[in-house]
Amino acid sequence: MTLAKRVIPCLDVAAGRVVKGVNFINLVDAGDPVALAKIYGEAGADELTFLDISASVEERSTTLEMVSRTAEQVFIPLTVGGGIREVGDVDRLLRAGADKVSVNTAAILRPQLINEIADRFGDQVLVLSVDARRGQTLSGYEVTTHGGRKGTGMDAFAWIADATSRGVGEILLNSMDADGTRAGYDTEMIAQVREITHVPLIASGGAGALEDFSAALAAGADALLAASVFHFQTFTISQVKEHLALHGYPVRL
Amino acid sequence: MIAILDYGSGNLRSAQRAFALTGHETIVTSDPEICLASDGLVVPGVGAYGACMEQLIAAGGRDVILKRVAAGGPLLGICVGMQILFTAGSEKGPHSGVGIFTGEVSEIAAPILPHIGWNNVRASEESTLFRGLKDERFYFVHSYAAKEGVAEAINSYCNYGEDFLAAVERGPVSTVQFHPEKSGAVGARLISNWAETL
Repeated sequence: MTLAKRVIPCLDVAAGRVVKGVNFINLVDAGDPVALAKIYGEAGADELTFLDISASVEERSTTLEMVSRTAEQVFIPLTVGGGIREVGDVDRLLRAGADKVSVNTAAILRPQLINEIADRFGDQVLVLSVDARRGQTLSGYEVTTHGGRKGTGMDAFAWIADATSRGVGEILLNSMDADGTRAGYDTEMIAQVREITHVPLIASGGAGALEDFSAALAAGADALLAASVFHFQTFTISQVKEHLALHGYPVRL
Repeated sequence: MIAILDYGSGNLRSAQRAFALTGHETIVTSDPEICLASDGLVVPGVGAYGACMEQLIAAGGRDVILKRVAAGGPLLGICVGMQILFTAGSEKGPHSGVGIFTGEVSEIAAPILPHIGWNNVRASEESTLFRGLKDERFYFVHSYAAKEGVAEAINSYCNYGEDFLAAVERGPVSTVQFHPEKSGAVGARLISNWAETL
Protein backbone atom coordinates (compact mmCIF):
# COMPACT_ATOMS: atom_id res chain seq x y z
CA MET A 1 0.00 0.00 0.00
CA THR A 2 2.66 2.43 -0.95
CA LEU A 3 4.47 3.86 -3.94
CA ALA A 4 6.16 1.06 -5.90
CA LYS A 5 9.87 1.12 -6.59
CA ARG A 6 10.21 1.39 -10.37
CA VAL A 7 12.19 -0.88 -12.69
CA ILE A 8 13.11 0.85 -15.95
CA PRO A 9 14.80 -0.77 -18.96
CA CYS A 10 16.88 1.62 -21.07
CA LEU A 11 17.32 1.30 -24.83
CA ASP A 12 19.91 3.08 -26.95
CA VAL A 13 18.49 4.17 -30.28
CA ALA A 14 19.89 5.90 -33.34
CA ALA A 15 17.94 6.78 -36.48
CA GLY A 16 14.89 5.04 -35.03
CA ARG A 17 16.66 1.72 -34.49
CA VAL A 18 17.80 0.06 -31.31
CA VAL A 19 21.58 -0.15 -31.34
CA LYS A 20 24.27 -1.38 -28.97
CA GLY A 21 23.87 -4.76 -27.45
CA VAL A 22 20.38 -6.13 -27.60
CA ASN A 23 20.35 -9.89 -27.82
CA PHE A 24 16.82 -11.10 -27.29
CA ILE A 25 16.07 -14.73 -27.82
CA ASN A 26 12.88 -15.26 -29.85
CA LEU A 27 12.95 -11.81 -31.36
CA VAL A 28 13.20 -11.68 -35.13
CA ASP A 29 14.34 -8.08 -35.27
CA ALA A 30 16.21 -6.95 -32.16
CA GLY A 31 16.59 -3.52 -33.71
CA ASP A 32 12.90 -2.73 -33.69
CA PRO A 33 12.28 -0.37 -30.76
CA VAL A 34 8.51 -0.81 -30.89
CA ALA A 35 8.74 -4.59 -30.61
CA LEU A 36 11.18 -4.33 -27.71
CA ALA A 37 9.12 -1.67 -25.97
CA LYS A 38 6.06 -3.91 -26.21
CA ILE A 39 7.96 -6.87 -24.81
CA TYR A 40 9.25 -4.83 -21.88
CA GLY A 41 5.83 -3.28 -21.32
CA GLU A 42 4.21 -6.71 -21.18
CA ALA A 43 7.04 -8.03 -19.00
CA GLY A 44 6.13 -5.50 -16.30
CA ALA A 45 8.47 -2.54 -16.94
CA ASP A 46 7.21 0.43 -14.95
CA GLU A 47 8.54 2.92 -17.48
CA LEU A 48 10.75 2.86 -20.55
CA THR A 49 13.71 5.06 -21.38
CA PHE A 50 15.04 5.66 -24.87
CA LEU A 51 18.44 7.22 -25.17
CA ASP A 52 18.79 8.81 -28.59
CA ILE A 53 22.40 8.54 -29.70
CA SER A 54 21.74 9.76 -33.25
CA ALA A 55 24.57 11.71 -34.79
CA SER A 56 22.61 13.96 -37.14
CA VAL A 57 19.48 16.07 -37.25
CA GLU A 58 18.04 13.80 -39.96
CA GLU A 59 18.49 10.77 -37.75
CA ARG A 60 16.76 12.54 -34.89
CA SER A 61 13.66 13.15 -36.95
CA THR A 62 13.54 9.40 -37.60
CA THR A 63 13.77 8.91 -33.84
CA LEU A 64 10.71 11.13 -33.43
CA GLU A 65 8.73 8.78 -35.67
CA MET A 66 9.97 5.85 -33.60
CA VAL A 67 8.80 7.55 -30.38
CA SER A 68 5.43 8.11 -32.00
CA ARG A 69 5.09 4.47 -33.12
CA THR A 70 6.09 3.26 -29.65
CA ALA A 71 3.63 5.55 -27.87
CA GLU A 72 0.95 4.23 -30.21
CA GLN A 73 1.26 0.78 -28.71
CA VAL A 74 2.82 1.02 -25.28
CA PHE A 75 0.76 2.49 -22.45
CA ILE A 76 3.38 3.06 -19.82
CA PRO A 77 5.43 6.25 -19.39
CA LEU A 78 8.13 6.89 -21.93
CA THR A 79 11.23 9.02 -21.27
CA VAL A 80 13.44 10.13 -24.14
CA GLY A 81 16.93 11.53 -23.68
CA GLY A 82 19.77 12.58 -25.96
CA GLY A 83 20.29 15.59 -28.17
CA ILE A 84 17.87 17.93 -26.40
CA ARG A 85 19.27 21.45 -26.73
CA GLU A 86 16.25 23.74 -26.72
CA VAL A 87 12.62 23.94 -25.63
CA GLY A 88 11.54 23.19 -29.20
CA ASP A 89 13.22 19.77 -29.01
CA VAL A 90 11.17 18.98 -25.90
CA ASP A 91 7.98 20.17 -27.53
CA ARG A 92 8.56 17.90 -30.54
CA LEU A 93 9.28 14.87 -28.36
CA LEU A 94 6.23 15.40 -26.16
CA ARG A 95 4.04 15.85 -29.22
CA ALA A 96 5.44 12.60 -30.63
CA GLY A 97 4.32 10.80 -27.48
CA ALA A 98 7.15 11.07 -24.94
CA ASP A 99 5.99 11.72 -21.37
CA LYS A 100 9.30 12.93 -20.03
CA VAL A 101 12.64 14.02 -21.41
CA SER A 102 16.08 13.70 -19.93
CA VAL A 103 18.75 16.34 -20.43
CA ASN A 104 22.45 16.10 -19.74
CA THR A 105 25.23 17.90 -21.66
CA ALA A 106 23.12 20.75 -23.01
CA ALA A 107 22.01 21.69 -19.50
CA ILE A 108 25.62 21.66 -18.29
CA LEU A 109 26.60 24.00 -21.13
CA ARG A 110 23.56 26.24 -20.54
CA PRO A 111 21.80 25.67 -17.19
CA GLN A 112 19.06 28.16 -18.10
CA LEU A 113 17.70 25.43 -20.42
CA ILE A 114 16.35 23.70 -17.29
CA ASN A 115 14.36 26.81 -16.28
CA GLU A 116 13.02 27.18 -19.81
CA ILE A 117 11.79 23.58 -20.01
CA ALA A 118 10.37 23.55 -16.47
CA ASP A 119 8.57 26.87 -16.92
CA ARG A 120 6.92 25.72 -20.13
CA PHE A 121 6.10 22.07 -19.34
CA GLY A 122 6.46 21.75 -15.57
CA ASP A 123 9.26 20.24 -13.46
CA GLN A 124 7.77 16.77 -13.69
CA VAL A 125 8.60 16.50 -17.40
CA LEU A 126 12.32 16.85 -16.82
CA VAL A 127 14.76 14.16 -15.77
CA LEU A 128 18.25 15.48 -15.08
CA SER A 129 20.76 12.90 -16.24
CA VAL A 130 24.04 13.19 -14.33
CA ASP A 131 27.07 11.18 -15.43
CA ALA A 132 29.27 11.30 -12.34
CA ARG A 133 32.60 9.75 -11.41
CA ARG A 134 35.00 10.06 -8.53
CA GLY A 135 37.24 13.10 -8.97
CA GLN A 136 39.04 16.00 -7.36
CA THR A 137 36.03 18.15 -6.51
CA LEU A 138 34.53 19.26 -3.21
CA SER A 139 32.10 16.33 -2.91
CA GLY A 140 34.57 13.89 -4.42
CA TYR A 141 32.34 13.38 -7.47
CA GLU A 142 32.81 15.11 -10.81
CA VAL A 143 30.29 15.65 -13.60
CA THR A 144 31.39 14.19 -16.93
CA THR A 145 30.10 14.46 -20.48
CA HIS A 146 30.35 12.24 -23.55
CA GLY A 147 29.51 9.09 -21.67
CA GLY A 148 32.13 9.66 -19.00
CA ARG A 149 34.97 10.36 -21.42
CA LYS A 150 35.24 14.09 -20.72
CA GLY A 151 35.59 15.60 -17.28
CA THR A 152 34.08 19.03 -16.64
CA GLY A 153 35.75 19.89 -13.36
CA MET A 154 32.22 20.58 -12.05
CA ASP A 155 31.25 19.25 -8.67
CA ALA A 156 28.42 16.73 -9.14
CA PHE A 157 26.60 17.58 -5.92
CA ALA A 158 26.77 21.34 -6.54
CA TRP A 159 25.38 20.73 -10.03
CA ILE A 160 22.52 18.61 -8.70
CA ALA A 161 21.65 21.31 -6.14
CA ASP A 162 21.75 24.04 -8.78
CA ALA A 163 19.71 22.08 -11.33
CA THR A 164 17.12 21.04 -8.75
CA SER A 165 16.58 24.65 -7.68
CA ARG A 166 15.93 25.51 -11.34
CA GLY A 167 13.19 22.89 -11.71
CA VAL A 168 13.87 19.18 -12.16
CA GLY A 169 11.40 16.37 -11.53
CA GLU A 170 13.85 13.51 -11.10
CA ILE A 171 17.55 12.75 -11.14
CA LEU A 172 18.97 9.92 -13.20
CA LEU A 173 22.27 9.24 -11.47
CA ASN A 174 24.68 7.37 -13.73
CA SER A 175 27.85 6.14 -12.12
CA MET A 176 30.64 6.32 -14.68
CA ASP A 177 32.81 4.29 -12.32
CA ALA A 178 30.28 1.46 -12.16
CA ASP A 179 28.85 1.69 -15.70
CA GLY A 180 29.48 -1.44 -17.73
CA THR A 181 31.21 -3.27 -14.89
CA ARG A 182 28.16 -5.29 -13.80
CA ALA A 183 29.72 -5.07 -10.33
CA GLY A 184 26.70 -3.36 -8.82
CA TYR A 185 25.23 0.14 -8.59
CA ASP A 186 27.37 2.77 -6.91
CA THR A 187 25.54 2.58 -3.58
CA GLU A 188 27.96 4.93 -1.85
CA MET A 189 27.19 7.72 -4.33
CA ILE A 190 23.44 6.96 -4.29
CA ALA A 191 23.32 7.27 -0.50
CA GLN A 192 25.17 10.58 -0.58
CA VAL A 193 23.02 12.07 -3.35
CA ARG A 194 19.87 10.93 -1.53
CA GLU A 195 20.99 13.16 1.36
CA ILE A 196 21.22 16.32 -0.74
CA THR A 197 18.10 16.16 -2.91
CA HIS A 198 14.35 15.90 -2.38
CA VAL A 199 13.40 14.71 -5.89
CA PRO A 200 13.11 11.04 -6.87
CA LEU A 201 16.41 9.35 -7.64
CA ILE A 202 16.87 6.82 -10.44
CA ALA A 203 19.98 4.66 -10.02
CA SER A 204 21.89 3.75 -13.16
CA GLY A 205 25.09 1.96 -14.07
CA GLY A 206 26.56 -1.31 -12.85
CA ALA A 207 23.59 -3.66 -12.41
CA GLY A 208 24.80 -7.23 -12.82
CA ALA A 209 23.10 -9.36 -10.17
CA LEU A 210 19.69 -9.39 -8.49
CA GLU A 211 21.23 -8.28 -5.19
CA ASP A 212 22.45 -5.09 -6.89
CA PHE A 213 18.89 -3.89 -7.33
CA SER A 214 17.89 -4.28 -3.68
CA ALA A 215 21.22 -2.76 -2.60
CA ALA A 216 20.48 0.39 -4.63
CA LEU A 217 17.07 0.71 -3.00
CA ALA A 218 18.62 0.21 0.44
CA ALA A 219 20.98 3.08 -0.40
CA GLY A 220 18.01 5.32 -1.13
CA ALA A 221 17.13 4.99 -4.82
CA ASP A 222 13.46 5.33 -5.84
CA ALA A 223 13.84 3.69 -9.23
CA LEU A 224 16.28 1.37 -10.96
CA LEU A 225 17.43 1.70 -14.53
CA ALA A 226 19.29 -1.07 -16.33
CA ALA A 227 20.13 -1.99 -19.90
CA SER A 228 22.30 -4.98 -20.72
CA VAL A 229 21.05 -7.31 -17.98
CA PHE A 230 17.59 -7.04 -19.57
CA HIS A 231 18.71 -6.92 -23.21
CA PHE A 232 20.75 -10.11 -22.79
CA GLN A 233 18.09 -11.73 -20.65
CA THR A 234 20.45 -12.27 -17.72
CA PHE A 235 17.20 -12.00 -15.83
CA THR A 236 13.70 -10.78 -16.48
CA ILE A 237 11.96 -7.74 -15.05
CA SER A 238 9.71 -10.12 -13.09
CA GLN A 239 12.72 -11.79 -11.51
CA VAL A 240 14.04 -8.40 -10.40
CA LYS A 241 10.66 -7.46 -8.95
CA GLU A 242 10.21 -10.78 -7.18
CA HIS A 243 13.65 -10.33 -5.66
CA LEU A 244 12.72 -6.83 -4.48
CA ALA A 245 9.39 -8.01 -3.08
CA LEU A 246 11.20 -10.76 -1.18
CA HIS A 247 13.35 -8.06 0.40
CA GLY A 248 10.28 -6.13 1.47
CA TYR A 249 10.21 -3.44 -1.21
CA PRO A 250 6.87 -2.45 -2.76
CA VAL A 251 6.73 -3.31 -6.47
CA ARG A 252 4.04 -3.47 -9.14
CA LEU A 253 3.69 -7.15 -9.95
CA MET B 1 -18.39 11.02 -29.78
CA ILE B 2 -15.90 11.78 -26.98
CA ALA B 3 -14.14 15.14 -27.15
CA ILE B 4 -10.70 15.81 -25.64
CA LEU B 5 -10.43 19.47 -24.68
CA ASP B 6 -7.40 21.04 -26.34
CA TYR B 7 -6.28 24.10 -24.41
CA GLY B 8 -2.56 23.67 -24.92
CA SER B 9 -1.97 21.43 -21.92
CA GLY B 10 -1.58 17.72 -21.53
CA ASN B 11 -0.40 14.88 -23.66
CA LEU B 12 -3.50 14.87 -25.83
CA ARG B 13 -2.36 12.15 -28.16
CA SER B 14 -1.68 9.77 -25.28
CA ALA B 15 -5.24 10.20 -24.11
CA GLN B 16 -6.54 9.79 -27.64
CA ARG B 17 -4.53 6.60 -28.20
CA ALA B 18 -5.66 5.12 -24.89
CA PHE B 19 -9.31 5.71 -25.82
CA ALA B 20 -8.68 4.22 -29.27
CA LEU B 21 -7.19 1.13 -27.62
CA THR B 22 -10.43 0.62 -25.73
CA GLY B 23 -12.45 1.04 -28.93
CA HIS B 24 -13.62 4.61 -28.42
CA GLU B 25 -13.20 7.25 -31.07
CA THR B 26 -12.24 10.71 -29.85
CA ILE B 27 -11.78 14.16 -31.29
CA VAL B 28 -9.15 16.59 -29.98
CA THR B 29 -10.72 20.03 -30.14
CA SER B 30 -11.03 23.46 -28.55
CA ASP B 31 -14.32 24.19 -30.33
CA PRO B 32 -16.88 24.98 -27.59
CA GLU B 33 -19.83 23.69 -29.62
CA ILE B 34 -18.21 20.31 -30.29
CA CYS B 35 -17.16 20.07 -26.63
CA LEU B 36 -20.66 20.88 -25.40
CA ALA B 37 -22.37 18.54 -27.87
CA SER B 38 -20.02 15.58 -27.22
CA ASP B 39 -21.18 12.49 -25.32
CA GLY B 40 -18.21 12.83 -22.99
CA LEU B 41 -15.63 15.58 -22.49
CA VAL B 42 -12.09 14.75 -21.37
CA VAL B 43 -10.15 17.55 -19.65
CA PRO B 44 -6.43 16.70 -19.50
CA GLY B 45 -3.74 18.85 -17.90
CA VAL B 46 -0.01 18.76 -17.30
CA GLY B 47 2.24 21.31 -15.64
CA ALA B 48 1.67 24.04 -13.08
CA TYR B 49 -1.81 24.93 -11.80
CA GLY B 50 -1.68 28.65 -12.59
CA ALA B 51 -0.30 28.15 -16.09
CA CYS B 52 -2.99 25.55 -16.85
CA MET B 53 -5.76 27.87 -15.62
CA GLU B 54 -4.41 30.74 -17.72
CA GLN B 55 -4.33 28.57 -20.81
CA LEU B 56 -7.76 27.15 -20.03
CA ILE B 57 -9.33 30.60 -19.69
CA ALA B 58 -7.57 31.90 -22.82
CA ALA B 59 -8.90 28.96 -24.85
CA GLY B 60 -12.45 29.44 -23.54
CA GLY B 61 -12.25 26.11 -21.73
CA ARG B 62 -13.39 27.45 -18.36
CA ASP B 63 -16.74 28.51 -19.78
CA VAL B 64 -17.08 25.24 -21.66
CA ILE B 65 -16.57 23.27 -18.42
CA LEU B 66 -19.02 25.42 -16.44
CA LYS B 67 -21.71 25.19 -19.13
CA ARG B 68 -21.20 21.50 -19.61
CA VAL B 69 -21.43 20.65 -15.92
CA ALA B 70 -24.46 22.91 -15.49
CA ALA B 71 -26.14 20.99 -18.32
CA GLY B 72 -25.27 17.65 -16.70
CA GLY B 73 -22.87 16.56 -19.47
CA PRO B 74 -20.35 13.86 -18.51
CA LEU B 75 -16.79 15.07 -17.98
CA LEU B 76 -13.53 13.30 -17.10
CA GLY B 77 -10.72 15.41 -15.59
CA ILE B 78 -7.21 13.94 -15.61
CA CYS B 79 -4.29 15.06 -13.38
CA VAL B 80 -4.16 18.88 -13.44
CA GLY B 81 -7.44 18.56 -15.34
CA MET B 82 -8.85 17.26 -12.03
CA GLN B 83 -7.09 19.85 -9.87
CA ILE B 84 -8.42 22.88 -11.78
CA LEU B 85 -12.00 21.77 -11.06
CA PHE B 86 -11.45 22.68 -7.39
CA THR B 87 -11.92 26.16 -5.88
CA ALA B 88 -8.23 27.02 -5.75
CA GLY B 89 -4.66 25.80 -6.01
CA SER B 90 -1.52 26.96 -4.18
CA GLU B 91 1.17 25.83 -6.66
CA LYS B 92 3.62 28.73 -7.24
CA GLY B 93 1.28 31.17 -5.47
CA PRO B 94 -2.51 31.19 -5.01
CA HIS B 95 -4.67 30.60 -8.09
CA SER B 96 -8.41 30.37 -8.57
CA GLY B 97 -9.76 27.21 -10.13
CA VAL B 98 -12.98 26.56 -12.04
CA GLY B 99 -14.75 25.85 -8.76
CA ILE B 100 -16.89 22.82 -9.59
CA PHE B 101 -15.68 21.15 -6.38
CA THR B 102 -15.21 23.08 -3.12
CA GLY B 103 -11.69 22.57 -1.85
CA GLU B 104 -8.06 23.52 -2.24
CA VAL B 105 -5.23 21.79 -4.08
CA SER B 106 -2.04 22.00 -2.00
CA GLU B 107 1.41 20.46 -1.83
CA ILE B 108 1.57 16.87 -0.61
CA ALA B 109 3.37 16.46 2.72
CA ALA B 110 6.05 13.96 1.69
CA PRO B 111 9.85 14.10 1.90
CA ILE B 112 10.40 13.19 -1.76
CA LEU B 113 8.46 15.10 -4.41
CA PRO B 114 7.14 14.91 -7.09
CA HIS B 115 5.11 11.79 -6.34
CA ILE B 116 6.15 9.79 -9.39
CA GLY B 117 5.23 6.22 -10.16
CA TRP B 118 2.71 3.47 -9.55
CA ASN B 119 0.69 3.74 -6.36
CA ASN B 120 -2.37 1.95 -4.97
CA VAL B 121 -5.77 3.58 -5.08
CA ARG B 122 -8.21 2.73 -2.30
CA ALA B 123 -11.27 2.81 -4.49
CA SER B 124 -14.65 3.57 -2.97
CA GLU B 125 -17.04 0.61 -3.06
CA GLU B 126 -19.58 2.85 -4.79
CA SER B 127 -17.21 3.87 -7.57
CA THR B 128 -18.15 3.34 -11.20
CA LEU B 129 -14.70 4.29 -12.49
CA PHE B 130 -13.00 1.58 -10.46
CA ARG B 131 -15.45 -1.21 -11.20
CA GLY B 132 -13.31 -4.38 -11.19
CA LEU B 133 -10.28 -2.34 -10.13
CA LYS B 134 -10.19 -2.47 -6.36
CA ASP B 135 -6.78 -1.62 -4.93
CA GLU B 136 -4.86 -1.53 -8.22
CA ARG B 137 -1.75 0.55 -8.92
CA PHE B 138 -2.01 3.54 -11.26
CA TYR B 139 0.66 5.89 -12.59
CA PHE B 140 0.95 9.25 -10.80
CA VAL B 141 3.11 12.29 -11.58
CA HIS B 142 2.37 15.32 -9.37
CA SER B 143 3.37 17.26 -6.26
CA TYR B 144 0.01 18.82 -5.43
CA ALA B 145 -3.38 17.30 -4.65
CA ALA B 146 -6.75 17.89 -3.01
CA LYS B 147 -6.83 16.30 0.44
CA GLU B 148 -10.37 16.72 1.77
CA GLY B 149 -13.14 14.51 0.44
CA VAL B 150 -15.67 16.35 -1.72
CA ALA B 151 -19.17 16.59 -0.20
CA GLU B 152 -21.85 14.34 -1.66
CA ALA B 153 -19.30 12.70 -3.92
CA ILE B 154 -17.69 9.28 -4.27
CA ASN B 155 -14.14 9.87 -3.04
CA SER B 156 -11.26 7.45 -3.62
CA TYR B 157 -7.90 7.93 -1.95
CA CYS B 158 -4.19 7.35 -2.38
CA ASN B 159 -1.48 7.65 0.25
CA TYR B 160 1.95 9.20 -0.23
CA GLY B 161 3.17 10.83 2.95
CA GLU B 162 -0.48 11.58 3.65
CA ASP B 163 -3.89 10.69 2.23
CA PHE B 164 -5.05 12.66 -0.79
CA LEU B 165 -7.84 12.36 -3.34
CA ALA B 166 -6.98 9.98 -6.17
CA ALA B 167 -10.44 10.27 -7.74
CA VAL B 168 -13.73 12.07 -7.23
CA GLU B 169 -17.03 11.12 -8.88
CA ARG B 170 -20.05 13.34 -8.47
CA GLY B 171 -22.97 13.24 -10.85
CA PRO B 172 -21.68 13.74 -14.40
CA VAL B 173 -18.22 14.80 -13.20
CA SER B 174 -15.47 12.17 -12.84
CA THR B 175 -11.89 13.05 -12.04
CA VAL B 176 -8.63 11.19 -11.49
CA GLN B 177 -5.32 12.53 -10.16
CA PHE B 178 -3.30 9.77 -11.87
CA HIS B 179 -2.83 9.12 -15.59
CA PRO B 180 -5.11 6.29 -16.74
CA GLU B 181 -3.74 6.72 -20.26
CA LYS B 182 -0.30 5.73 -18.92
CA SER B 183 -1.46 3.06 -16.49
CA GLY B 184 -1.33 0.05 -18.79
CA ALA B 185 -4.17 -2.48 -18.67
CA VAL B 186 -5.75 -1.15 -15.45
CA GLY B 187 -5.82 2.36 -16.90
CA ALA B 188 -7.50 1.06 -20.05
CA ARG B 189 -10.10 -0.66 -17.90
CA LEU B 190 -10.83 2.58 -16.04
CA ILE B 191 -11.20 4.47 -19.33
CA SER B 192 -13.61 1.78 -20.54
CA ASN B 193 -15.57 1.99 -17.30
CA TRP B 194 -16.06 5.71 -17.86
CA ALA B 195 -16.76 5.50 -21.60
CA GLU B 196 -19.39 2.81 -21.05
CA THR B 197 -21.44 5.17 -18.89
CA LEU B 198 -21.80 7.68 -21.74
